[in-house]
Amino acid sequence: MTDVDVIVVGAGPAGSCAAITAARAGLDVVLIERGPFPGSKNMYGGVVYPRILDDLIPNWWEEAPVQRWVTRRSTMLLTPTQALTVDFRSEAWGAPPYNGATAYRPDWDHWLAGHAEAAGAQLITSTTVKSLIRNQSGAVVGVRTDRPDGDLTAKVVIACDGVNSFLAKEAGLYEHTDAKHYTLGVKETLALPKEVIDERFGVRDRHGVDIEILGGTGGVNGGGFLYTNLDTLAVGVVLKLPALAAQKARPEDIIAGLKRHPAIAPLVQDGELKEYSAHLIPEAGLEMMPRMVMPGMLVAGDAAALCLAAGIWLEGVNFAMASGMYAGEAAAEAIRADDLGTAGLGGYQRRLSDTFVLKDHRKLRRAPKLVLSDRVQHLYPGMVAGVAERMFRVDNPHPKPGLRRILNQERKRAGVRRRDLLRDGWNGFRSFG
Amino acid sequence: MSDTAQAGMLEPHAWGGLSFQERMATAEFRIHHTPHIVVDGTVCADCSTRECVVACPASLFVPTAEGGIVFNHEQCFECGTCYIVCNREGAISWNYPEGGHGIVFRRT
Repeated sequence: MTDVDVIVVGAGPAGSCAAITAARAGLDVVLIERGPFPGSKNMYGGVVYPRILDDLIPNWWEEAPVQRWVTRRSTMLLTPTQALTVDFRSEAWGAPPYNGATAYRPDWDHWLAGHAEAAGAQLITSTTVKSLIRNQSGAVVGVRTDRPDGDLTAKVVIACDGVNSFLAKEAGLYEHTDAKHYTLGVKETLALPKEVIDERFGVRDRHGVDIEILGGTGGVNGGGFLYTNLDTLAVGVVLKLPALAAQKARPEDIIAGLKRHPAIAPLVQDGELKEYSAHLIPEAGLEMMPRMVMPGMLVAGDAAALCLAAGIWLEGVNFAMASGMYAGEAAAEAIRADDLGTAGLGGYQRRLSDTFVLKDHRKLRRAPKLVLSDRVQHLYPGMVAGVAERMFRVDNPHPKPGLRRILNQERKRAGVRRRDLLRDGWNGFRSFG
Repeated sequence: MSDTAQAGMLEPHAWGGLSFQERMATAEFRIHHTPHIVVDGTVCADCSTRECVVACPASLFVPTAEGGIVFNHEQCFECGTCYIVCNREGAISWNYPEGGHGIVFRRT
């Protein structure tokens, strides 16, 4: 006899969605959060794509704590003196059912956890899970918390304990931890009046902008971002850990460098720092993913490295919410069938495999490495910006050189071998094509 | 005021008129007296690469004149960077703070 049916560890997007589906299946669910409120430990560098909630929380957009709807999505290449931006805007993304939204994670996660409670889950905050409780055959049967008499047993534990997932590591589900699989995200939240933001970014009402940036990270492999909240901007960088350590560059100095860039400075100037924050990102996709099913336990969200860092697609919260939902459903299925082993809980793996969660990761398995590779990071931005500068510079050559000739010359100037460019192009095409 | 905070004050990473201390003061920390991360300085003594000093976003690892490392847990974002970049087995023992303590990101 266990204390409850399901223990969900961590009330982030994965944990709350797991608690919602498990509780709605009629199970007795406890949702444990180590922070004083859900979302208090969480930050991110971007955008939530909430369409995965369409069935779980119908008309979620009428109540979700959204800062702005992203109606303008830019991808920017930076060299120290140049910027090339692909800028897309769509009015459709400013009306239901919307596409992406900016939100403060403490707001967003708090809101989702409220739905878990409404579904009947019991939320326990300010409680840190210290370890797993396992039976003689190794199956997980509960967790040990830092509360007095804080042991709690359950039929299924769903570990949504974030990027560091000590529960998945304790259970041996990660083969090893390698610094090259992680990036550090650091962010500044800058206060500016709404009207100033609207004017600088060319948006109105609740419309907002998400700019993803390649280059501008001071020679450290990674990327940058700048997006609009209602009356703040979020600007930050994502830095590959081994590169950060090797370059001897401080994270806050790299943000400072990005903010000084001539293409970024006019957008962020006079913004008053409201909060500085940092978080790790599991960046390596399939290459780092742990086993996600074991007797008595499932792993979801960042804890399972379900974060898509594929350059033009940067998603995490949607993968967390989806995997959480599926984990809760699979736990209910296993408990109904009275099979808490890997076979009984296998519905989780099947759901992940049959949906975008793992299909995207399989399709884009080469992308994270490609995006963070030295050529993409250090050579291609200069080459591409050089091509653009040559294309649009009017110094009256006769005739104007064709794109092919310019590309070839700029490739050589950037020090890119034709063979490497073709190979990366092919890899990119196989991933994104 | 702890040793580390004072040591950090000697080397402010200043930019835009904001010292590193002022930067860190924008984040809220509910400090627990028991450190959730313990650094074994004897292991660090012969480490020359010092990845933690560079990479910790809160700059909590401060080299001392004697060649050791001083660490203070109070303004920790709990990100995990330090133990992941560290190459020395046993140098950093890392846990989450007691429930309800540590970093609290803002709701607005």
